[in-house]
Amino acid sequence: MGNILTLAQKELRAYFVSPIAYVLLVFFALLFGYFYVSSINFMVQLSMGQFGMGGPQIININEFMIRPLFGNTAVILLFMLPMLTMRSFAEEKRSGTIELLLTSPLTDFQIILGKFLGAMALYTLMLSLTLVHIGVLFWYGEPEWAPVLSGYLGLLLMGGSFISIGLAISSMTKNQIVAGVSTFAVLLLFWIINWMGDASGTMTQSVLAYLSILEHLDDFSKGVIDTTHVTYYVSFITLGLFLTAKSMDMARWNG
Amino acid sequence: MIDVQHVTKRYGPLTAVDDLSFRVERGEILGFLGPNGAGKTTTMRILTGYLPATEGRVQVAGFDVFEQPIEAKRRTGYLPETPPLYPEMTVDEYLQFVARIKGVPASDRQAQIGSAMERTSIADMGDRYCGRLSKGYRQRVGLAQAILHNPDVLILDEPTAGLDPRQIIETRKLITDLAGDHTVILSTHILPEVSQTCQRVVIINRGRVVAVDTPDNLTARLQGSQTLYLQVDTQGADPLPALEGVAGVLSVTVADKRDGVGGYQVESGSGDDIRRELSRTVVTNGWGLLELRPQQMSLEDIFLQLTTEDAPADTLAADAGTGDDADEANTEDRTDG
Repeated sequence: MGNILTLAQKELRAYFVSPIAYVLLVFFALLFGYFYVSSINFMVQLSMGQFGMGGPQIININEFMIRPLFGNTAVILLFMLPMLTMRSFAEEKRSGTIELLLTSPLTDFQIILGKFLGAMALYTLMLSLTLVHIGVLFWYGEPEWAPVLSGYLGLLLMGGSFISIGLAISSMTKNQIVAGVSTFAVLLLFWIINWMGDASGTMTQSVLAYLSILEHLDDFSKGVIDTTHVTYYVSFITLGLFLTAKSMDMARWNG
Repeated sequence: MIDVQHVTKRYGPLTAVDDLSFRVERGEILGFLGPNGAGKTTTMRILTGYLPATEGRVQVAGFDVFEQPIEAKRRTGYLPETPPLYPEMTVDEYLQFVARIKGVPASDRQAQIGSAMERTSIADMGDRYCGRLSKGYRQRVGLAQAILHNPDVLILDEPTAGLDPRQIIETRKLITDLAGDHTVILSTHILPEVSQTCQRVVIINRGRVVAVDTPDNLTARLQGSQTLYLQVDTQGADPLPALEGVAGVLSVTVADKRDGVGGYQVESGSGDDIRRELSRTVVTNGWGLLELRPQQMSLEDIFLQLTTEDAPADTLAADAGTGDDADEANTEDRTDG
């Protein structure tokens, strides 16, 4: 356990010494802020009755603001998290520092989990920036807190899935850019995979919809913690970490 | 301390290491010598547990590298060909990190780091970023990293590569000092390095052990006889009959001759030292003795001979694994050739 934390700490440090952490934090805050302001505008217009619904009315903040906002956040993350994980293994392999880790008394499991937790820590920090925005909503309005909490849980699980796939792909190459682009492509594929489902039969459609990585987030921001979705994300994370372990093992046998 | 048995490593159809076996005793410095691409780095990576062997067994400090990797790695210090430094860390931070992952207990950490930095003379470099160090300093931080947890076994892949001559001498001295309580394996393709630091040499070529012996024994073994180079000023006289008359001389050949000064190669039985007799003969004849030196086969010659011809290799490989001659190397004992 101590080793895992040491490794996670080292990862987190590496993010902050290079510009990566700052770039991610700043642009994430910027993009989230943009979606936040535009959804506030939309909600204000809605509550003023500008869409011809018969005068001002009370709007559910959770339903009309926070839920779509979390949906948008998922898309921002889809673009940004690959940049968070792309260097993790690729850079260690390129510079040869992986030799230090693999010849130290550490298990592969510790190395992988250390990297995963390091990335998760930075991701959690990114998410925590949005607490300010959500806090303002609590100041001026009366949203329910339970769906907000479950929404954050959903985002954490979803981000964890992105990160675990990112780690797996990063462990397969020495090139950060290749790792980043491939991770992005794979995540994008998992996002849009259910679009094709519309054209095919109902069975395929439901399978593809189940596989789609963003599909599972919505219930969380509605306030529903469904075990199906939790299982999906947890399996996704486990699979990603398992693939990372397999790819480390294969790299070892193939040189 | 290190026991390598029939280790083979294949990458697909390519065999990088072929049935390699050798032993290294506690406190010994073993030189791993071979041309580039001979399988030195692959072998070292197998010893450190970085790569698994396709076949064979490796034991380090009594632990099987494949079956008890954590225990074996705890007792191994490794300096890869490129020092594994994190450019964004300072030297202090880096060594702290290494101490933690190597499992140095928190109470000893500071002391161990201090002594490692002292020994590699980087004590004043603590605040520098690893990414901004010169090649020589990177190498030394890499070395500090390897000795930090006081391992039983040190595996150094070309530890002097890229250093300037003064640093090379310092590093060699450090390695020699370390050998007392550590077992050291170092690889190199620089031949003088082996004769200066190592007690025993494993020469490998194309993944196979070509020879295992002390540097001096290797030299002696490949020479059936001893050759002296002699340069005399005879003022026109022919010295050959006189030289051939010296006891122990097998043959004399003219090497070069100009202006009455002649160079001769005098061959004698390998056990006899005929230098005194030879010089006396020259002086009593009233000639000028300009030069007299043994013509030794250098490690370069041996190396080339072993790695280009296969014939002598087999006879030497038969001696692989006898590490008991290590002490004799230091006493200049060449009589067993």
